[in-house]
Amino acid sequence: MSEASSYNAFYTILKRDLILAFRTRTEMVNPLLFFIIVISLFPLAVSPDPKVLQSLAPGVIWVAALLATLLSLDSMFRSDFDDGALEQMLLSVHPVSVLVLGKVLAHWLVTGIPLLILAPLLAVLMHMPSDSIPALMATLALGGPILSLVGAIGVALTVGLRRGGVLLSLLILPLYIPVLIFAANAVSNAAAGLAIAGQLYFLGALLALALTLTPVATAAALRISLR
Amino acid sequence: MWLFFHKLGSPRYFYTLSGKFLPWFGGLTLILMLLGSYWGLVIAPADYQQGDSYRIIYIHVPAAWMSLFVYIVMASAGAIGLIWKMKMADVVASCSAPLGAAFTILALVTGSLWGKPMWGTYWVWDARLTSELILLFLYLGFMGLEAAIDDKRTAANACAVLALVGVVNIPIIHYSVEWWNTLHQGSTVARMDKPAMDVNMLIPLLIMWLAFMFYYGTSLFMRVRNEVLQRERDTAWVKELVTE
Repeated sequence: MSEASSYNAFYTILKRDLILAFRTRTEMVNPLLFFIIVISLFPLAVSPDPKVLQSLAPGVIWVAALLATLLSLDSMFRSDFDDGALEQMLLSVHPVSVLVLGKVLAHWLVTGIPLLILAPLLAVLMHMPSDSIPALMATLALGGPILSLVGAIGVALTVGLRRGGVLLSLLILPLYIPVLIFAANAVSNAAAGLAIAGQLYFLGALLALALTLTPVATAAALRISLR
Repeated sequence: MWLFFHKLGSPRYFYTLSGKFLPWFGGLTLILMLLGSYWGLVIAPADYQQGDSYRIIYIHVPAAWMSLFVYIVMASAGAIGLIWKMKMADVVASCSAPLGAAFTILALVTGSLWGKPMWGTYWVWDARLTSELILLFLYLGFMGLEAAIDDKRTAANACAVLALVGVVNIPIIHYSVEWWNTLHQGSTVARMDKPAMDVNMLIPLLIMWLAFMFYYGTSLFMRVRNEVLQRERDTAWVKELVTE
């Protein structure tokens, strides 16, 4: 019975956050535009030469995805914190980590999936060989949720602060480094025709670790921030 | 043992006890540092490949060890503060952060000074250098978060969560970076068989490491005592101490 109700709580939070996101569509689009603009700056700043762009592409797309996620993270708990809904969630009978997981999943569906869908388009803009596009999609599918999960800890720690944004990047970006390394490396390897299974397995392992541990840390951080 | 642990949690007890230890720690730091520097810089033989420039390891290696050690102390103190709500553990964690960051910077600076004549460049994107740099970012994030939260208790708990997340992440970061790119030489001291170092070079290194440990202890105690006086300024014993 209690398991079923926890699941219901998870599902309700997920549905609520998706509806909220859908009703504020413009906010949802901003990180995506940021993602596209940052990437289109590189040919302008570095060189429009396809060879140069090709070698930069995996790193540039991944760094841009990282920054776009970072930008969108702030909205994860902000409005709930401002209107008091977050306090009610902490007071509810359900484990906070389950509710957090629902919110994180909603965040990934709203920001991670559009990034995933846009990525092939940007890969073409960056002259990436078409063989490496499935690898890019795979790394974004595995790595994107990690970014949302780990980011949630940082947002939970800084949600009560007035100027949390810059601090958030200082807290979270170092923790993103393993994901960045493995994902960008997998995409480069795919472009060079090398095997990428190892990197994908590693990303999968990181995802499993993040999925199990970060909701607990986020819940603890929320309890501290809302004291 | 448990009684001692509980007593240590009382700021007043810690203050008097650390006051007794402080001169000893300071004296030992001074003696060990002088001994280690003299041994390392004058007595120890020059390296057959690197000549005299290798002598920077007597600062570099202990600093690098300390940068990790202090992070572990910080995270453990944070965990103790989070679990048992010990005030002193929070103070130890927050006072350790700037010291750890300083050790990290020292390791990075001495490393790059050594790298110029040896590798021909101040900085390479090598695994160990990069993970040391990331460690510095983790320290700075910790200090930034602490400075951003007004309430000391909340700040300490939030930082403790951050430090614990960092502790889980440090091995992952370290291995992913190592796997990514490596130029730095392998470990020469912590081997199962004989260390790959001349004993005459190793002993001053270990002496310097002890000196760094005592230096950390000394400055940690000084910082903690200062912080305790500030936090407990409204209590009777501090007022008594000041008016004395």
